[in-house]
Amino acid sequence: METVTTGAPAHMINASKVDKYEHHDYYDVDGLLSEDHLLARDAVRDWVKKEVSPIIEQYSEKAECPIFLFKQLGEIGAFGPSLPEKYGCGGMDEIAYGVIMQELERCDSGLRSMASVQGSLVMYPIYRFGSEEQRMKYLPKLATGELIGCFGLTEPDHGSDPGGMTTHFKEDGDDIILNGAKMWITNSPVADIAVVWAKNPEGKIKGVIVERGMEGFSTPEIHGKLSLRASITGELVFEDVRIPKSNILPEVTGLKGPLSCLSKARYGIAWGAIGAALDCYDSALRYTKEREQFGKPIAGFQLTQKKLAEMITEITKAQLMVWRLGTLANEGKATPAQISMAKRNSCITALEVAREARQMHGGMGITNEYPIMRHMMNLETVLTYEGTHDIHLLITGMDVTGINAFK
Amino acid sequence: MKILVCITKTPETTAKIAFTDGNKEFNKDGVQYIMNPYDEWYALVRALELKEANGGTVTVLNVGDSSNDIIIRKGLALGADDAVRIDTDALSAYQTAAQISAYASDKSYDLIFLGKESIDYNGSEVGGLLAEMLSLPYVSYVSHLEVSGGVSTVSRDIEGGVEVSEVSGPFVLSAAKGLAEQRIANMKGIMMSKRKPLTVVPPADVENPVEVVSYTLPEGKSGVKMIAPDDMQELVRLLHEEAKVI
Repeated sequence: METVTTGAPAHMINASKVDKYEHHDYYDVDGLLSEDHLLARDAVRDWVKKEVSPIIEQYSEKAECPIFLFKQLGEIGAFGPSLPEKYGCGGMDEIAYGVIMQELERCDSGLRSMASVQGSLVMYPIYRFGSEEQRMKYLPKLATGELIGCFGLTEPDHGSDPGGMTTHFKEDGDDIILNGAKMWITNSPVADIAVVWAKNPEGKIKGVIVERGMEGFSTPEIHGKLSLRASITGELVFEDVRIPKSNILPEVTGLKGPLSCLSKARYGIAWGAIGAALDCYDSALRYTKEREQFGKPIAGFQLTQKKLAEMITEITKAQLMVWRLGTLANEGKATPAQISMAKRNSCITALEVAREARQMHGGMGITNEYPIMRHMMNLETVLTYEGTHDIHLLITGMDVTGINAFK
Repeated sequence: MKILVCITKTPETTAKIAFTDGNKEFNKDGVQYIMNPYDEWYALVRALELKEANGGTVTVLNVGDSSNDIIIRKGLALGADDAVRIDTDALSAYQTAAQISAYASDKSYDLIFLGKESIDYNGSEVGGLLAEMLSLPYVSYVSHLEVSGGVSTVSRDIEGGVEVSEVSGPFVLSAAKGLAEQRIANMKGIMMSKRKPLTVVPPADVENPVEVVSYTLPEGKSGVKMIAPDDMQELVRLLHEEAKVI
């Protein structure tokens, strides 16, 4: 049956593109999931196949963000699904959030980034650290996609060491005056609000909600990315931006504010990156069974089977790891270090699966006929953002030795 | 309007099809199931649109065991008000229709929707049987439906054209492509579906007059035969003698 795509202009739709993806679940992890999880996953998969698969290659190739998808992501409930229904959110559990991120990233890491920034880095801090007024003002509109949000922590000179940030504000009556700049901000050029982390006059980190239109606030786009091309990235620049004090998130002070948001987002990435790995594996499995050389399918050769066997083994290990992490998260017991391990493992697994799959597709693997090269390029970012691969190794290292190797 | 939508589950379109028990039983091992797309995309969605436009209720009904509950919940998540599951594994279209008829006969539904066929057995039988058992009119393969003042205007795609008819009063219809556009369940709907009633009713006493003797898979596709470009005679001979198309 054919699919219908709405929202994209005709020249960006490849109607003949059929998304043949089949889920792979070697250890019956589905048997560990509830009806809620399975229904959520199938709904997102159906939406992706209908609305995004026919357009994603074009948007990625042209480095354009399909902005109309924000509203659709809101409609299906992909923004803050595990936050309470009271604020227009899903009221689901953390595993549901995980499977939703996985289905989005099965399509494209940039698509998942659009959703995980909005949910984990904008809605979550407003929910967790905001006042009730702030929650009621922003969360319902962020949940529907009527408002787009972004998150400002990283600065041009402070990435892995966010505590060194220089963005700061001074007080002026009922207002604050914000100065500084943030870099590598997903969604920033199209965002209506930004949750920005900045130092107060005492040098303590506070969260501030900055709204588009405030004088002195600009969001220049970063061009030339060869990764996450369907997701828009920019800077946040603050030049004497006057902001009411009521926009400060009252319930947190210090680095633990942004770091707890990052834990939430990293958790989503741990689930999400496996989606990209599954798509690469799925494509490689189908391609090698169909592609014949020397008189038989290349899947019949030992070196191909070795690659496929290793890919599905690593994917299965990662699936089990994030399922267990999700169970711990539902119990409120997932530690930042456990999330860190899963984020790193899923990302490197996905990147290695993508690289193997690229080879297995031969020349076709470098074209946009197949999703592999797009996933591979995306995953270079996913490996790097929200804590680099190396930083996550040091987090695990510190956790098991008790010795801090960062400094 | 009081609307009943009959839904069934079918193997996912990519499922590997095999048989057991001397080719008498479909092998369900490892098969993933979905809601039959004709039931979901066209019948249920058009029913929901009518409810949204005119008010009323939409009930989804399934004949099957509790493993079908997830399919039923999807129907509720998409917007049905309540659900009924007749707790038996029907072995034929006749049994399915008889079970639905026994349940629906005293419920006074204004419209009863089904998909035009299930994508596994492709029988297209239940709708006609059900209408006969309920003494209601039946319109099959409906691709367009408008309801106004108790009169329904229905279109069916027929060979080379479209047939438009009017039906007064309640009737049974089977939904074809074009009747509506697929909807996607959202997370709120999925959570709300848990709070909607799913009533499990015991089956009526219905005998099964139809027994499947065996299933056979189609023969595998034969390989491509290459013919030299200048050997037209051989091409014609193969088309005539082997393919038997000319």
